[in-house]
Amino acid sequence: MALAQADVLAGLKEIVEEVAGIPAASIELDKNFTEDLEVDSLSMVEVVVACEERFGVKIPDEKVTDLVTVGDAVNFIVNASN
Amino acid sequence: MAIKTRQGSESQILSVGAYRPKRLVPNSEIVDKIESSDEWIQQRTGIATRRFADKSESLLDMACWAAEDALKKAKLTIDDIDTVIVATITFPYQAPSAATAILQRLGNPKAAAFDINAACAGFCYGVSMAHDFVKAGTSKKVLVIGAEKLTDFVNPTDRATAFIFADGAGAVIIGESEEAGIGPVEWGSDADNRDAILMNPAWTDARNNEEQTTIANIAWPNISQEGQKVFRWAVFSVSKAAQRALDAAGVTVNDLDVFIPHQANLRIIETMAKDMKMPESVLIADDIRSNGNTSAASIPLAMDALLEKHPEMHGKLALIIGYGAGLVYAGQVVKLPPKP
Repeated sequence: MALAQADVLAGLKEIVEEVAGIPAASIELDKNFTEDLEVDSLSMVEVVVACEERFGVKIPDEKVTDLVTVGDAVNFIVNASN
Repeated sequence: MAIKTRQGSESQILSVGAYRPKRLVPNSEIVDKIESSDEWIQQRTGIATRRFADKSESLLDMACWAAEDALKKAKLTIDDIDTVIVATITFPYQAPSAATAILQRLGNPKAAAFDINAACAGFCYGVSMAHDFVKAGTSKKVLVIGAEKLTDFVNPTDRATAFIFADGAGAVIIGESEEAGIGPVEWGSDADNRDAILMNPAWTDARNNEEQTTIANIAWPNISQEGQKVFRWAVFSVSKAAQRALDAAGVTVNDLDVFIPHQANLRIIETMAKDMKMPESVLIADDIRSNGNTSAASIPLAMDALLEKHPEMHGKLALIIGYGAGLVYAGQVVKLPPKP
């Protein structure tokens, strides 16, 4: 069964806060990981690994560069869980 | 008729020795060639300086000096050594081995000697083998050396590798012990990702069969690395292997005094420690900051530096784990060597 978008967003906020120290309140769907949240490439890998473990989905290396915004990541995880 | 077999004993690390090249190279010397900055390198890797060997510091020189340091600290001579294992990927001769060259130079050309290729995991592979040799009664005192002159195989203009890799050698002597000083190894590979770190092309690609010379302008087999792929593997898989090494030794993170992972990247080291929920009481080796990534040499070099700075850690419990090209990993719990 597909995960709910709101649940994924809430989980992702926790992960990004934990990995990159960014307050969850400032993490919204339209935020760009690199430019708005200053999550660098290695932190992004940590976020992806944590998402895989938390949501039980597989995010291949070649897809990581497509995850530009928080919304991209949420949508990818929701679709992958389906 | 039954075949007689030998029986050995538990093993321990008797001493650790090191050789660091004289020339300290700050990021400022590297950045122009790779259009980078000191801040970027430090943020991504933790590296502020590294050491590059010059022509008077060959791989064999460094390995011998590290071995002599380890022998001196253990109050042994090369005649006491019956087995030499050298972990390296940068000895520039296909054969014979670096191990026999070292024995010849140090003056005991009789011991068993060979090289192993497990890249940045090579030292921990060597420690595992040395332990097994002692335990099986095959060897009594094993010299395990990790030695690399990576600058011979790194392109100084490669933005993915030039600021990471460096030169140096470290050595330990592993001998018999009443109590277990080396725990079970946890090792393995992810061979489907063997192209993530690569020395390419093959030597034979440069061979002119007709003339028995080298073909002009064939690329030198420098190391290439897909940094993010390696980072992902290290933080996802290697920290789990490290945990299994603790479990196999019957040790928890709360029992540990020291964590000495391969010095690949400070971000990997910190993430591994976080994933494993290491308490703040565990001292974490960070030799990467000043000496860069020296592949098979990094763990003994980091061990030596840590004991120099924290002599109270002699004899304490450490987790060591190496990981690198293959991709391969190996880790075990060890007691750090006693104070010389």
